[in-house]
Amino acid sequence: MATSLKCFLRAGKNVVSVLRPRGFHSSAPAAVQVTVRDALNQAMDEELERDERVYLLGEEVAQYDGAYKVSRGLWKKYGDKRIVDTPISEMGFTGIAVGSAMAGLRPICEFMTFNFSMQAIDQVINSAAKTYYMSAGLQTVPIVFRGPNGSSAGVAAQHSQCFAAWYAHCPGLKVVSPWNAEDARGLLKAAIRDDNPVVFLENELMYGVAFEMSEESQSKDFTIPIGKAKIERQGNHVTLVSHSRCVGHCLDAAAVLAKEGIECEVINLRSIRPMDVESIETSVMKTNHLVTVEGGWPQFGVGSEICAKIMEGPAFNYLDAPVTRVTGVDIPMPYAKILEDNSVPQIKDIIFSIKKTLNV
Amino acid sequence: MQTVRRMELKADQLYKQKIIRGFCHLYDGQEACAAGIEAAINLSDHLITAYRAHGYTFTRGVSVKEIMAELTGRKGGVAKGKGGSMHMYAPHFYGGNGIVGAQVPLGAGVALACRYQGNDQICVSLYGDGAANQGQIFETFNMAALWKLPCIFVCENNKYGMGTSVERASASTDYYKRGDFIPGIRVDGMDVLCVREATKFAADHCRSGKGPILMELQTYRYHGHSMSDPGVSYRTREEIQEVRSRSDPIFMLKERMLSNNMASVDEFKEMDTAIRQEVEEAAQFAMSDLEPPLEDLCNHIFANNPPLDVRGTNQWSTLKSIS
Repeated sequence: MATSLKCFLRAGKNVVSVLRPRGFHSSAPAAVQVTVRDALNQAMDEELERDERVYLLGEEVAQYDGAYKVSRGLWKKYGDKRIVDTPISEMGFTGIAVGSAMAGLRPICEFMTFNFSMQAIDQVINSAAKTYYMSAGLQTVPIVFRGPNGSSAGVAAQHSQCFAAWYAHCPGLKVVSPWNAEDARGLLKAAIRDDNPVVFLENELMYGVAFEMSEESQSKDFTIPIGKAKIERQGNHVTLVSHSRCVGHCLDAAAVLAKEGIECEVINLRSIRPMDVESIETSVMKTNHLVTVEGGWPQFGVGSEICAKIMEGPAFNYLDAPVTRVTGVDIPMPYAKILEDNSVPQIKDIIFSIKKTLNV
Repeated sequence: MQTVRRMELKADQLYKQKIIRGFCHLYDGQEACAAGIEAAINLSDHLITAYRAHGYTFTRGVSVKEIMAELTGRKGGVAKGKGGSMHMYAPHFYGGNGIVGAQVPLGAGVALACRYQGNDQICVSLYGDGAANQGQIFETFNMAALWKLPCIFVCENNKYGMGTSVERASASTDYYKRGDFIPGIRVDGMDVLCVREATKFAADHCRSGKGPILMELQTYRYHGHSMSDPGVSYRTREEIQEVRSRSDPIFMLKERMLSNNMASVDEFKEMDTAIRQEVEEAAQFAMSDLEPPLEDLCNHIFANNPPLDVRGTNQWSTLKSIS
């Protein structure tokens, strides 16, 4: 008896399964819970494996496993050549990344946050975005600029700016802003495979959030087309359009309002440039009301652009009320928690704006 | 060198006739740099420079015809008229860059790609005495040295950054030393053989895996900074004349070849006649070729992309963009 028990114990892991009562064989669920961080990590891992021209560079991406651990494990697997730690030289290393893309590689250039991309913005716009046009098609720049964008928690003014509007202003760039794990995975793979410069705006507060991912979305070739939005929730009374973290807030607001009989249609933009205006128009022509929600500042922002586009298109005649924008407060981000909380759109702000728009 | 000289002088003429517009930064006086460098590297190597780029565009393989047509903004230009003077490209030639200093990290990136791909190629990354004070250049030096990128950094020191002489711009005018931990050599940029030999040395250095190297080419531009600069408010006509008579790169090489019986006066005359004709024909083409069609306006936004709509100046104007 003692010997046989020892044998079992030596078998290690198998012990537990042996001692478990015999029951049904349960297969792993097709859908799994994956955090946004892991989705990004897996996407990069798979693309690095698929194409040896792909490489990652940025501050702390290699030996530190990434400032936010998004590139965890990649340096160990791929080594110094493919995962490159840079000195703190944004303008320099961004230029180097763009140059390497011009000469045949497919770099992923990480900004620790997009706030630091301002140091390098000339390389993103003038060297990357405009080159294919200036060269009349002679010179491509297949590069992805990625990193956390927008507000975080308690990091104050210089570390909390949203750059969606700034980058989306420029022709020659594609700008995407994923919300959940599926968005992160599919859009990052699409961005890496795209032969053009793509600005990939992540969100630090979303990194640790887990989402269910379908079996289809876990396939190695799963990509999401850049330029198509997704309807996350169907509704008839009002259209909510958002991107990144605010999509979650919109869904929360929709859940609250559903109890009051107000059904919101929530659109997850996924891409800021090119923007899927058609999806918004189709929805507005059904609901007759539109509320845009973003974390960035109001002036010259994503919501402003949506307003302008709706006015110019067929959906304008279907509006029963002017478009409403819910945005971050038009101030540099304060530090104190109470102030910070009141600087970004909260669920109650979204609900308030919806009710105002619906006049209820 | 003679072709570049004639081409630049023709561009000067066309600019004054308002057939070329916008920016035009001429290279005459500095021909030995472009010619000498190209003689020491292969077309499979890479090169990138700033906006005074017509000479390099030629040495990297683009015809005078395509260069001039690009300057006049015609569809036969190397960039179909969409780039202009500062944005001309060719295989392994990355322009033509308008933002001072930005081309230096780009060049180091090209060198990184060479090392990554293991193809034994190098990149020559040029900048001027004015750009030498750009922060991003020092960031680039650091990374190039750290990662041993096969990059030759070349400072074309023509003594003036636009209207500012080197003494007024730089605390240290020893540009070949500014790479600090990167070895640097100072070269007579008016002597094409010096440039060639120095570049050969530099290229060997890079190819042998020793990392980057810096070359300062001491040269001179006869024209002002650009066509809108007469070039005599910050320097004297005597100085320009002095350089022309003492150190002209074409004259110096010609004299050397003649005195060593490597060529005859007649051969030079023949060459010059042929070059003048080539440049004249190119100019004729550049003046007579059609401008790019309006249908091309929105093309080349994205590569390998399905066609997309681009907003025109108003909401009823939807233009088409194809890759």
